[in-house]
Amino acid sequence: MRIVLTLGVVAVTILLVIAMLTTAGWDRPPIASEQHGYDGTGQVLVWNPRTRAASADLHEVPQSFFPFDEFKELPYYPDNLPADALLASDFYENVQVLGHLTVDQFNRLMTSMTTWVAPEENGYDGCAYCHNLDNLADDSLYTYQVARRMFQMTWDVNMNWQDHVGATGVTCYTCHRGHPVPQNIWFTEPPDRSAGGFLGDRNQQNRPSPTAGMSSLPHDPYTAFFLEAEPIRVGGTQALPYGNESTWQQTEWTYSLMMHMSTSLGTNCTLCHNTNNFSSWENAPPQRYNAWYGIRMVRDLNNDYLVPLQPVYPEMRLGHLGDAPKANCATCHYGAQQPFYGTPMLDGYPSLRSAPVNPGQTASLE
Amino acid sequence: MAEYQSFFTQVQVRHSPELGVPLPPGDDPRAGTGGFIWLLGLIGNAQIGPIYLGTLGVISIACGFVAFEIIGLNMLASVNWDPVEFVRQLFWLALEPPRPEYGLSFPPLNEGGWWLVAGFFLTASVLLWWLRTYRRAIQLGMGTHVAWAFAAAIWLYLVLGFIRPLAMGSWSEAVPFGIFPHLDWTAAFSIRYGNLFYNPFHALSIVFLYGSTLLFAMHGATILAVARLGGEREVEQMMDRGTAAERAGLFWRWTMGFNATFESIHRWAWWFAVLTPITGGIGILLTGTVVDNWFLWAVEHDFATMYPAVWPEGVDPALTEGAAQ
Repeated sequence: MRIVLTLGVVAVTILLVIAMLTTAGWDRPPIASEQHGYDGTGQVLVWNPRTRAASADLHEVPQSFFPFDEFKELPYYPDNLPADALLASDFYENVQVLGHLTVDQFNRLMTSMTTWVAPEENGYDGCAYCHNLDNLADDSLYTYQVARRMFQMTWDVNMNWQDHVGATGVTCYTCHRGHPVPQNIWFTEPPDRSAGGFLGDRNQQNRPSPTAGMSSLPHDPYTAFFLEAEPIRVGGTQALPYGNESTWQQTEWTYSLMMHMSTSLGTNCTLCHNTNNFSSWENAPPQRYNAWYGIRMVRDLNNDYLVPLQPVYPEMRLGHLGDAPKANCATCHYGAQQPFYGTPMLDGYPSLRSAPVNPGQTASLE
Repeated sequence: MAEYQSFFTQVQVRHSPELGVPLPPGDDPRAGTGGFIWLLGLIGNAQIGPIYLGTLGVISIACGFVAFEIIGLNMLASVNWDPVEFVRQLFWLALEPPRPEYGLSFPPLNEGGWWLVAGFFLTASVLLWWLRTYRRAIQLGMGTHVAWAFAAAIWLYLVLGFIRPLAMGSWSEAVPFGIFPHLDWTAAFSIRYGNLFYNPFHALSIVFLYGSTLLFAMHGATILAVARLGGEREVEQMMDRGTAAERAGLFWRWTMGFNATFESIHRWAWWFAVLTPITGGIGILLTGTVVDNWFLWAVEHDFATMYPAVWPEGVDPALTEGAAQ
């Protein structure tokens, strides 16, 4: 009896250890880390070098149609353009947004864009994803109409959101990475089925939330913060009560948003915060400023560009509530603190850096 | 094979069940006739029952059952009455307290009303059970130490779910019923009020909590270590020289210069255990009511230090951009 009991205890212990090791999503050591704050504050960034190595391809800037160094020498690089270069709007029909580019610039951009957004090697239709190949000027495909708006959005980001994207900027590939629909998008979650009933309301939380690191925190912070502008700040800025009405419920919403941000950037809280007092700006790393603008940028892009495209999309592109696909931090970051770890891909594509001063008339010369 | 005498009770006594002293007139009879379970005998006394239920016990269990059912049925309804999903998601499910907009009023049942009802019945159950522990101790001619230790835990429970919400003017301040959701409450609560680690009463509570585990480990280890000499029979050993009890005391005197007595070690343990929820409850009660940011409070009172800046002095971009949030 005693031996049976002992063996039973040993067997249960082994099973529990196996369950613990295989189910919890551990990262085995060694884990890389880097201190970036004052000694003793725990301001340390941690990452798993093997996970990072495994996703290295994703964060590679694709080979340019022409390498940038060569491109700068070519006659149609913006700085080298002759004053009388032939413009796309004069050569092609129905070029509404990119008409200010020269024909050569225009073609280079179209070719690059095809490899970024609908490449044939990924099983997509190439040019035909947006174009009627019998008549390239035919803009009846919804993808054509969306693409026009996306150029304007890219210019907006690169011109007006340098507080977030810096001079590094973004290109189509920052979000698309070889797919027509960026891999990380979001839709507003439908209300819980039990909401408004007699019992069982979940209060938009209390189920495993992939957004919030599989916690039971609110599962759709996107609608609250990236579409609407619900207050994010909750922490007190003075020692004693001074009328800060924020609740712990609000804090959970903010917490969920922060989990999304740290997951999307593959980093931890201390990238942007001194965790001894999360709400403090005085002791915060400078990355927090960048993030602050990032939240506002995503909110503006959703409201100004992505949501208004809703009528253009076919039903298969819409969410459960019929809403348009929208952006969040992961849409560009794909788990990296900086997309492509900060490689300035945009330098090779000046046409994407800024909108024409006078659309349709002048070639953009930076 | 080595014998690990400390894992399980080595000897189980079998006789007719011990029924206890006769009860005075007016008390209900004890329920059951008593029996023996061998597996229980490995970790404790093998005898099960008879149990004294009494009026308080019956009402307490009934109230506890009502609370348990309200919480459980709300959780089950939240997964659309799917028992498989109920089990899968159990740790994530919750019965949430009322929304902030309802203050101290009674909200619709599905927006916190059920939480208030469940909380009422759970509190009634706990308080009646406390009364029962007090009265049973008196009845046995014991001191009421168990009841007062239990009261310390009830203090923390009442601060979290009743006293602090009253002081803040909103039931929404209370803790959800649920495994992960109550932990989320804890994390959010700390972040909202500038980091609870800088709350000195939270610090005291941790001292007593960790102190309790240390004392429990020391005491448990000491008694088990002299069990081979009959050391668990504490009282009769206190009177003689050379006993297991004396060796246990000498062990600590020789290793750290001081030893508790067989009586005082239990006083140490009782106070450490009791002070854990008492100080913790004070810390919770002060949070939000009289302190809004514990880190800033701690810096002002030289309880924490503001670390030197390593980055350029930060300025809130909302101030320069003119937009709040």
